[in-house]
Amino acid sequence: MNRFDYVRPGTVAEAVQALGADPAARFIAGGTNLIDLMKYDVEKPGKLIDITRLPLGEIEESDGGLRIGALVTNAALAYDARIKERYPLLSSAILAGASAQLRNAASTGGNLLQRTRCYYFYDTATPCNKREPGTGCSAIGGVNRIHAILGASDQCIATHPSDMCVALAALEATVQVSGPQGDRAIPFAEFHRLPGDEPSRDTNLAPGEIIVAIDLPAQTFTTHYTYLKLRDRLSYAFALVSVAAALELDGQTIRTARLALGGVAHKPWRNGEAEALLQGQTATRKTFEAAADLILREAKPQSTNGFKIELARRAIVRGLEQAAAGTPQSQSDKRIQ
Amino acid sequence: MLIDSGSPGAVGTIGITLTINGERRELQVAPWTTLLDLLRERLDLTGTKKGCDHGQCGACTVLVNGTRINSCLTLAVMKDGAEITTVEGLAGLGQREGKNSLHPIQEAFVEHDAFQCGYCTPGQLCSSVGLMNEGHAKTRDEIREAMSGNICRCGAYTNIVDAIEEVMHQGDAR
Repeated sequence: MNRFDYVRPGTVAEAVQALGADPAARFIAGGTNLIDLMKYDVEKPGKLIDITRLPLGEIEESDGGLRIGALVTNAALAYDARIKERYPLLSSAILAGASAQLRNAASTGGNLLQRTRCYYFYDTATPCNKREPGTGCSAIGGVNRIHAILGASDQCIATHPSDMCVALAALEATVQVSGPQGDRAIPFAEFHRLPGDEPSRDTNLAPGEIIVAIDLPAQTFTTHYTYLKLRDRLSYAFALVSVAAALELDGQTIRTARLALGGVAHKPWRNGEAEALLQGQTATRKTFEAAADLILREAKPQSTNGFKIELARRAIVRGLEQAAAGTPQSQSDKRIQ
Repeated sequence: MLIDSGSPGAVGTIGITLTINGERRELQVAPWTTLLDLLRERLDLTGTKKGCDHGQCGACTVLVNGTRINSCLTLAVMKDGAEITTVEGLAGLGQREGKNSLHPIQEAFVEHDAFQCGYCTPGQLCSSVGLMNEGHAKTRDEIREAMSGNICRCGAYTNIVDAIEEVMHQGDAR
């Protein structure tokens, strides 16, 4: 780990000012990803701005929904009574990720800002356009079992590793940020980026901005939802493919459909066309298969991850079946019903 | 600013206060010192183990204000003011309550043969106490899931779950 200065601001304004004054500085909250990256010399900040004392640790009622402070830990969020009751999809997705120790430390804002777990991004001995723009992508044609099948570019095929974010995408959360230019709200779908020709940028946060909260809208999906995560071992592993599905049904007719995929792209993957196709249809396997086909029509395999396309197809269908039946995937009993 | 280590190029140490296993300590630490390295290298509390040093194995698990975390993935300066319990302090938790013995989870690990080489055991013990403090895991499946952050290469998992189940059912989690 490199040597760095350390400051601990007491207010959001002080934190924003400290970051603005030093482009080599980084915010640190839970530290579970940043410290790891620093140990690999992937991140070498000149200064750490410890934001853990900022007053951003509460979950509050807001416009019929909830406002989650950026410093609420993943564990506190997943086990919060209001979240469990009103946003069980979010609680389930969080509990599908990481370990109890990591969830106890990791923050909500940090979860959004965690970096890809692409092996080559972590390995400073190999070229990586995300880590060092212009050097090339080692994952293309390399070991890419965990990489993207949707929305990748010829510069980067990394995936976003979060489970929480997949649920936040399906729930259409809003990211509240504060920065040198003031405060603004970013719709969740616009927060993360596709790699394109600038894979070093994961998000649309402007320089100097800090996440202060995540807003959950009033619409909650408390009955017909699931978070189905498929991975190489049953716990404490990143998703090969995950599905957050949320439905509103009128009898067997789909009134509203939300579907987000994890593990398949540089950001939680939604397809508005597929969700529109589901709406007004009867909740049957045939309908779900049509949606899956539509989503995966543009899927492109890499050299060793072609299996993820069929895996995603089956996960989408199974996830929608679980949601329609009101039988969400358990995150402790790992049998898939 | 509440704390400032100095201007760029003049990196300094920072004074912090930690209560470790019940003992209050005033320490000067460099900002890049992890809590794990502080415990092991400075304070000779070598019960907490360094396994992967990347948050993947759980051998470094300690309790911070009663909550289990990976001490390898946190900086000591960030925990200024916190109460830390390591494996060396678990028995002390029992003694402060008028007992003069191991923590019940330590006794249960011995009783159930919940280890072989023992390297992961301090982390497993602290994680078990953290799990019981949290109070979310009730069934065997839930215990297994909630302990997935602690890897045991000898494969003592079945016996570890047995030990936790026994202590949970005694209702004597602390």
